[in-house]
Amino acid sequence: MTIAAPTSYTLPAIADDVPDSRRSMWRRAWIFCRRQPLGTIGMVIVIIMAIAGLSAEWIAPYSPTANDFSAMTEPPSWAHWLGTDQFGRDQLSRIIYGARTALIVGFSCAIIASLAGMVLGVGSAYFGGRLDLYLQGVLDVVMAFPLIIMALAVVAIFGTGVHNVIFAITIPLIPRCARVLRSSALAIREVPYIDAARACGFGHRRIILRHMVPNVVAPFLILLTAFVGQAILAEASLSYLGLGVQEPVPAWGLMLQGGAEEYASTAPWIAIFPGLAIALTVFGFSLFGDALRDALDPKLRDR
Amino acid sequence: MYRYIIRRLLLVIPTLLGAAALVFLLMRLIPGDICVVRLGSGGGTFDERAVQACHAQLGLDRPMFVQFVDFVWGFVRGDFGISMWSGKPVLTEIAARFPVSLEIAIMAVVVATIIAIPLGTLSALKQNSPIDFVIRVVSIAGLATPSFWLGILFILAILNISQSAFGAPWMPPIDYVPIWQDPLRNLSMVIFPALTVGYRTSAVTMRMTRSAMLEVLREDYIRTARAKGLVEHLVINRHALKNALLPVVTLIGIEAAFLIGGLVVTEQVFNLNGIGRLFVQSVQNQDYTMTQALVMLVVAAFVLTNTVVDLLYAWLDPRIRYG
Amino acid sequence: MNIRSGLVALAVLATPALAQETPKQGGILTYMIPADAPPSFDGHREGTYATVHSAAPFYSTLIRINPENPSSTTDFVCDLCTEIQAAEDGTTYTFKIRDGVKFHDGSLLTAADVAASWNKIIHPPEGTTSARESFYIMVDTVEAPDPKTVVFRLKFATGAFLPALADPYAWIYKKEILDKDPRWYEKNIMGSGPFKFAEYEVGQSIKGVKNLDYYHPGLPRLDGFTGIYADKQAVRVEAIRADRAAMEFRGLPPAARDQLVKDLGDKVTVQESDWNCGNLVTPNHKKKPFDDVRVRRALLLAIDQWHGAPALAKIANVHTVGGIVFPGSPLAATKEELQQTAGFWPDIEKSRAEARRLLKEAGAEGLNFELLNRNVDQPYKYVGTWLIDEWSKIGLHATQRVVPTGPWFEAMRSGNFDVVLEASCESVVNPLLDVQKVLPRSVFTENYGNYDDQKEIDLYQAMLHETNVARQRALMREFEKLVVDTQAHEFPMLWWYRIIPHRSYVKGWKISPSHYLNQDLATVWLDK
Repeated sequence: MTIAAPTSYTLPAIADDVPDSRRSMWRRAWIFCRRQPLGTIGMVIVIIMAIAGLSAEWIAPYSPTANDFSAMTEPPSWAHWLGTDQFGRDQLSRIIYGARTALIVGFSCAIIASLAGMVLGVGSAYFGGRLDLYLQGVLDVVMAFPLIIMALAVVAIFGTGVHNVIFAITIPLIPRCARVLRSSALAIREVPYIDAARACGFGHRRIILRHMVPNVVAPFLILLTAFVGQAILAEASLSYLGLGVQEPVPAWGLMLQGGAEEYASTAPWIAIFPGLAIALTVFGFSLFGDALRDALDPKLRDR
Repeated sequence: MYRYIIRRLLLVIPTLLGAAALVFLLMRLIPGDICVVRLGSGGGTFDERAVQACHAQLGLDRPMFVQFVDFVWGFVRGDFGISMWSGKPVLTEIAARFPVSLEIAIMAVVVATIIAIPLGTLSALKQNSPIDFVIRVVSIAGLATPSFWLGILFILAILNISQSAFGAPWMPPIDYVPIWQDPLRNLSMVIFPALTVGYRTSAVTMRMTRSAMLEVLREDYIRTARAKGLVEHLVINRHALKNALLPVVTLIGIEAAFLIGGLVVTEQVFNLNGIGRLFVQSVQNQDYTMTQALVMLVVAAFVLTNTVVDLLYAWLDPRIRYG
Repeated sequence: MNIRSGLVALAVLATPALAQETPKQGGILTYMIPADAPPSFDGHREGTYATVHSAAPFYSTLIRINPENPSSTTDFVCDLCTEIQAAEDGTTYTFKIRDGVKFHDGSLLTAADVAASWNKIIHPPEGTTSARESFYIMVDTVEAPDPKTVVFRLKFATGAFLPALADPYAWIYKKEILDKDPRWYEKNIMGSGPFKFAEYEVGQSIKGVKNLDYYHPGLPRLDGFTGIYADKQAVRVEAIRADRAAMEFRGLPPAARDQLVKDLGDKVTVQESDWNCGNLVTPNHKKKPFDDVRVRRALLLAIDQWHGAPALAKIANVHTVGGIVFPGSPLAATKEELQQTAGFWPDIEKSRAEARRLLKEAGAEGLNFELLNRNVDQPYKYVGTWLIDEWSKIGLHATQRVVPTGPWFEAMRSGNFDVVLEASCESVVNPLLDVQKVLPRSVFTENYGNYDDQKEIDLYQAMLHETNVARQRALMREFEKLVVDTQAHEFPMLWWYRIIPHRSYVKGWKISPSHYLNQDLATVWLDK
């Protein structure tokens, strides 16, 4: 995925003549919502999932790990809104708690990967030369490495647990971010005012932070939202293969493993709802990310 | 320019070496023992002496460094060694499974291209119209849906629809025949995983086409062409599409490499005897030689594609060359 | 020796008694093999059913469990032999080899081939491995004094020999080939069985065709077979449902059976049997507080197997409560005897009260620990989840650590666990050898409990050398009491349950307690 290199970062032009500084954050948000209805829908979905994840203890009707051998594979009913799985566990509660796991994994991977990617990408672009070359080589190796091996190795060596899955998913994401931000930063690097700043004797840190970083903020934010979705999907795939989060942590991908397929014909709700939760959440993040990109990139706006 | 090419190509070697070292190390760090798994996973009793003999047979009792050098030297010569699990040459095992994966990948790309490029173009032309919204939603849904879940739903749908329509459930064939032997049977098996994987690829392609088209449509030469009175569809086909397609084609090339990821889960869902499934098995069995070989092949393919793309971009955009 | 009445043998749903129908000739049987691919085709070397299900139809064995009565644990019949003679003192067995048996390449099979194959199993030559070498420690020599006679000389008389000889992996290879290359059979197939090797597509399918020179008259009835590899259960079930395959030979869980019956009605027949596989709970004696026998006994006493069994039997492939001996064997404990053993008391409240008392005495109340389990649903995860629940009822806080197969083995071998849920699957029911699993590691290298117990070893040796069946049984009871009750070294959990739903047109195959047995498909015929 390539992002058009932004030449500068400007606020969206609006019909009103109110100067930028006088515009409140709420107003800007409202303008965003009006102009980007899809993005708003995405944001709403994300917020709902976040609320579910944060307040799981209060809104989940049952414990996500409570087995009930007398109520196995029950279809959705008033007692269990989304049915129960093959151990008698309430699906709705597991999905709510699963939202917590998904968002923790998603956000952690996205934030860590994007920040690391920014440091590496901008640094590589700024310093250039041999550092750039070697760094690109290392990043190439990591990027070409199949996710599945990394994940199995990390999980098998360091044990199961959410932190290790995060570690396993973050690593392949870093070079992807670094690459994109590097190409954006490279475009900035060649602009004369960077050289002028060096000539003025400004230090590296100041130039990077003051001039280069602000210009990659837009693709950075877009990548961040994209990574959340990708991380959630990656975790789901890993859990499905049996290499991700393990029992008894409730996670959507885990719910789709094993039992879901075994009971797919007789109790399809076991397979349908967790998959729907994953798809909806990633869908929400993607919509939001898209809208963000449209809002931030002046070239893609209609006049 | 040539210096850049040389430098870029030379970078390939340490990349491959680095990948080799990484996979070698990672596999051996994982706790577990292929001999024990092979003898014991059926649940029956086995002898410690059998395990030791197995180790000796597979060369696992040699020092690490010797094993590593053996592996790298073999790779350089094109000798990928013998699979530790089945005792057959690695290349034989891979070659037996390659056709299935290749066919699915090709079909997925074909499906994606046929669907995605026209839809992406349409979406760009009618930006912010209801059609645009619908297409964007469908393509984002394609990115958001886990492909294995889609596969499961697919199978369920096929079975239940055929049950209610014909009274007996119909399932795609479970054994692969090459396309020239029995095209109908082959296609009926491959079409469903191809659609599953293809949906995701087409989603990415659709979005890329849309954004590339939007950029191109703003260019001055398009405005000129329109001002000159050129018919709209000629404007699109003769001027806009060609320029928009370059990044799209590059993307398809890169996505094809990423298809491996999609293939891994899809082959599990549809029980296809392909490379992706071989991958998962060899990792789970801790078959070092097979995993190493597969990883090196994937890495080599990816590094090569990347290098070609980089060189292409450097040729197009001189700024990057002198970075 | 009689079959125990408690054994659940055949539960046929729809079709009437099979024995009255006339078998038809012809047809190709398509079945699923629940694995990705066998590691090799050498039955002597491998320990997985993937090898058996793939290649057993191509080979013959010396003796075997009666294919007409495979649920018996004592009914051994000749396959390649015509008669068995045992010496008075039980240390010499003489077998007469059948006339006119031909290998698939046309050469004649003689006693020399039988002896060579058995020598490969019992004394594997340099560079080969024999997975079940330890089964035959009682054998001294195997000889073929003439082309029709094979003589086994034992070091001591034991009841464990004949069942061990009926091992379904003990295929007879050609001596000439073994002499040239003892590893030839890993990648190649050439036997004397009811089917000839036709084709093997790597990771995909294996095909065989009828052997027209088969020595059992009128067999095989099929024209050929196709075995398709499919690791995923959902695929196998759907294949049977859509008639892409007729059956699989390992065993499906109750939910799959229920679904197939519901969808296909009388087009599917279900055969069920107790399975010679079970789980064992093994506490790591090297980890405190599991070195304290009181804590171990408490863990055992908390579990209510009698009530857990019917509940678990609905969702997992487990069924029968039993001790360390397969419930269908003459050496197994009766229900009354079992109920005297700790962990099997009929009154669970009393059992749990005792458990709590023991915990208090040992100072281990409210203990936190981890149960290591294998990442396989059936039945490991179900049993593991149930165990955690049971232990919580005496105030213990257990969590499950689920790992893939490789790391599961590794953690066990390195002693890196608190309590582990193991499994044990044997082929021929041979309790004298099967219980080796609970012997300390000094005797049995694949024991992971990290304990030593000389008394146990002595008791086992006495049992192994005992030829009188009644005294054998008494010794087995003592052994069981020591291992399970007194010392609580390892706890036998519910025995697995083999459920084989198959298309009703498949006839002539009878279920046995092991998925390794009765796989040569010679008697199978298709009613269509």
